[in-house]
Amino acid sequence: MDNISSLNYFIPELTLTLTILVLIIYDLFLKKEESNYTVYVAAAGLVFTLVMLLSSYSNVETSLFLGMVAHDPFSFFFKFLFVLTAFFTVIISSTSLEMKGKFHGEFNTFVLLITLGMFLLVSATNLLLVYIAFELVSVTSYIVAGYLKDSKRGSEAALKYVIYGGVSSGIMLYGFSLLYGLTGTLEIAEIGRILSQNNSGNLTVLVSFLMILAGFGYKIASVPFHFWAPDVYEGAPTAFTAFLSVGPKAAGFALLIRFLNTAFVSQDNVNMASWGALEQLAWPEIMMWISAITMTLGNLVALKQDNIKRLLAYSSIAHAGYVLMGIVVLTQDGLFAMMFYLSAYYLMNLGAFFVVLNVADRFGSEEIDGYNGLVYKAPFLAVCMGIFMFSLAGIPPTVGFIGKFYLFAALIKGGSAYYPLAIIGALNSVVSLYYYARVLRAMFVRGEAVDSEMPIIKTPVAVIGMLAFPVLILGLYWAPLSDFAHASLKILITH
Amino acid sequence: MQNHLLSALTFVPVLGMFAILFIPRDKSYVIKVVAAVTTGIQLWLAVQMYIAFDTTTSAMQFVEHYAWIPAFNIEYFMGIDGLSAPMVLLTALLSFICIFASWNIEKAVKGYFALFLLLDAGMMGVFVSIDFFLFYIFWEVVLLPMYFLIGIWGGPRREYASIKFFLYTLFGSVLILLAMLALYFYNDPHTFNMLTLMETTYDYNFQKWVFLALFIGFAIKVPIFPFHTWLPDAHVEAPTAVSVILAGVLLKMGIYGILRINFPVLPDATLWFAVPLGVLGVINIIYGALCALAQTDLKKLVAYSSISHMGFCLLGMAALTSAGMNGAVLQMFNHGTISAMLFLLVGVIYDRAHIRDVNGFGGLAVRMPIYGGMVALAFFAGLGLPGFSGFISEALTLIGGFGAEHSSSTFRWLTGLAVMGIVLNAAYFLWAYQKIFLGKLNEKWAGLSEINGRELFTIVPLAIITIILGFYPMPILGMMSETMNGIIEMVKSGAITALQ
Repeated sequence: MDNISSLNYFIPELTLTLTILVLIIYDLFLKKEESNYTVYVAAAGLVFTLVMLLSSYSNVETSLFLGMVAHDPFSFFFKFLFVLTAFFTVIISSTSLEMKGKFHGEFNTFVLLITLGMFLLVSATNLLLVYIAFELVSVTSYIVAGYLKDSKRGSEAALKYVIYGGVSSGIMLYGFSLLYGLTGTLEIAEIGRILSQNNSGNLTVLVSFLMILAGFGYKIASVPFHFWAPDVYEGAPTAFTAFLSVGPKAAGFALLIRFLNTAFVSQDNVNMASWGALEQLAWPEIMMWISAITMTLGNLVALKQDNIKRLLAYSSIAHAGYVLMGIVVLTQDGLFAMMFYLSAYYLMNLGAFFVVLNVADRFGSEEIDGYNGLVYKAPFLAVCMGIFMFSLAGIPPTVGFIGKFYLFAALIKGGSAYYPLAIIGALNSVVSLYYYARVLRAMFVRGEAVDSEMPIIKTPVAVIGMLAFPVLILGLYWAPLSDFAHASLKILITH
Repeated sequence: MQNHLLSALTFVPVLGMFAILFIPRDKSYVIKVVAAVTTGIQLWLAVQMYIAFDTTTSAMQFVEHYAWIPAFNIEYFMGIDGLSAPMVLLTALLSFICIFASWNIEKAVKGYFALFLLLDAGMMGVFVSIDFFLFYIFWEVVLLPMYFLIGIWGGPRREYASIKFFLYTLFGSVLILLAMLALYFYNDPHTFNMLTLMETTYDYNFQKWVFLALFIGFAIKVPIFPFHTWLPDAHVEAPTAVSVILAGVLLKMGIYGILRINFPVLPDATLWFAVPLGVLGVINIIYGALCALAQTDLKKLVAYSSISHMGFCLLGMAALTSAGMNGAVLQMFNHGTISAMLFLLVGVIYDRAHIRDVNGFGGLAVRMPIYGGMVALAFFAGLGLPGFSGFISEALTLIGGFGAEHSSSTFRWLTGLAVMGIVLNAAYFLWAYQKIFLGKLNEKWAGLSEINGRELFTIVPLAIITIILGFYPMPILGMMSETMNGIIEMVKSGAITALQ
């Protein structure tokens, strides 16, 4: 589709861009202590974007801007998650003590910019646009990671993030260039077609793929590209950590799925995915190892953490490993399970970080010991955190369990070759329970009863409740979510 | 005809839980009354079930069957037969009694009773689910309140005990989950319906792997040696009522799972594993009894005696004879009532003396004659004295074991060894009784007060059931016999068709 008529399908992105511009200009007219008002503009813009996004939904796959951008249910699914994530993040950041008086206008602008970048990332079908969107997300994230300028940890986080991000995106770019050299095109679908016709030069293909994987692996924080995650999660403002742990991670997975699915994997048979040009690279085995190592390492290191943000950082690494189980099979079931799990993960992880934020604001601690007796001081918060922890550990009746259930189901359906990974994944859930239960133990078992509950700050508690409720309800009746994920399996293949 | 008795049995406690959540926390008396009324209704429903239960069939009764998640063929499918009906009765009875045994809880009353009712709902759900997925959800729902009940209201080492319990059982659960998925995908169309799963003939090697995964999952709950180490810790730290539920109902869930799923669904593997199962049963009997002999903590002693008693169930099941199977399930019911009595009685003395060391007492029969009498009764029931229900079920499992048709010589040896276990059981019960109640009164405890009315109210009904079933076991035995024959038939005929 040509550029002008493509604009019709591009309204959500345009709305978002407009909101960003309005935010920047509006912020210029506010005094420093009034910068918090920008949250209303940002929230309104996001709501408006959401409305536009919903009205732009179409059940058919369309290619926009001469093959640069895909407009399909698959990207809609992720955009929907991103808008909600950004909305909750700007709302909760406006009440965060950590960010009090610290340039809310800029913060909100950056969050929306990253959201725009993620919109492009999940719909890009051309490597050039992939790279631009990737850098838009990354560079903006570096800035926000170091947002707490006077905090040493914040500076450390930002610096580490820049270095890791720069190196891995450089490696990824080099991989792109190798692919371009081999095929003479940047269109992902075209690359796949040419590679499958011409199977020579397997080594080059393998090398370029591993390099590209470095970039994707960095975004989803999978081993061995995860080293930035704990420091950045700990040093960044907690509201942004929450955003970072779900948004860009989901975008990275979406990109990985689209990249593999558009070019290299054909889905002619629902039970078996054929790996096309990658058939000779032992690709499933590579992914299987990455998945197993990522979840095991994340879980084992998480056992030793005393800071809850670091604990959740390692837990989010482990969760990337779980989601990768879906990439290993890459059947329709596998993709479905990944998308279901990502949306479940989005609810529970965002919720958990918001509780962390709220507890840090009210009780001043990010250590697990600071949670001792939370159930007596803030019962609602403790119960919500309990729900998130159980969901992250994958225990019914929570949506986290259903997500894991679908992932295991995809693996077991895929055949006996995947059984070992299923068993490793299952054992990992047991290991992970131990550290989630440490938080539970602190909140419920330790500490003494106090007579007075702490006064509640309404907004964040309402947001946390809004996330905890679906975690439980979708654990009992998840057909709406699974239908949505099923309907979103339509990925643009050709143009 | 569809009626909703089973749903009501399962979800009445959930309603009670929500009611309690809306009661202000300082109204602890109201909370207790609501909990008692809720479990009272549940018990009344269970009695209605007992009256309406048809003992002449092995088919599922009170069936409720609805679609839940059609895309994955997950159903809301409930029903009970002769295997589950006694367990439903037991669960309702013990839940009701345990509310009264928890009457003196003071810490966070609201949370305690809300969690207790959730636990109750979970246990009931496990016994009435026919859809494997539904079964699994309830199975896991039991874990959460149990973790908190031990962790928050437990003894000094509660942190360790609760997390150990949680990790052990979750490890078992994930194995069950994987086995469940393997069974699901083996069938075409994919299904979690246990009745359909039973009709399929599975590949022999597949059966063995799935059997082992399920078995380990269930064995942890029973617990079967060598997966038993969480049990003494959990029991010692748990508050009295939670110990009662743990020994009375949770342990039965393991055996129930094996009989409900492993046996009928995987008949070849069942025959293949019958001898190891019998051996494990005898190890449980002997090892549990020997450990009990070595204990000075009364609660630990009772906990190990549970391990020993569960061994009889395993032996009876493994024999695959009518007497053995009936004995095993009857033993589940009887042990539920007897161990509940034992733990309640331990709780009575602990509440007064705050110690449980058998060497720390002496001559208490003088000071507390009624209590001493009740303990004597419970101990005699526990050691399997004729005239008490435990004798009948243990005798049945031994008769069943002796008459096993497959590997009969092995089973005769095993049964012989199991009889030794009875002697050991008698030894530690009598020895403990002697130390606590007989001899010269330890002056330190001269001020102990006699067992009170509320405590008697929790124990006497169980004692009456134990004695009645000791003379006339048919009220329970009659419920199950058709179903047990059905399961034996399913194992034997299923195995034959698969081997042909």
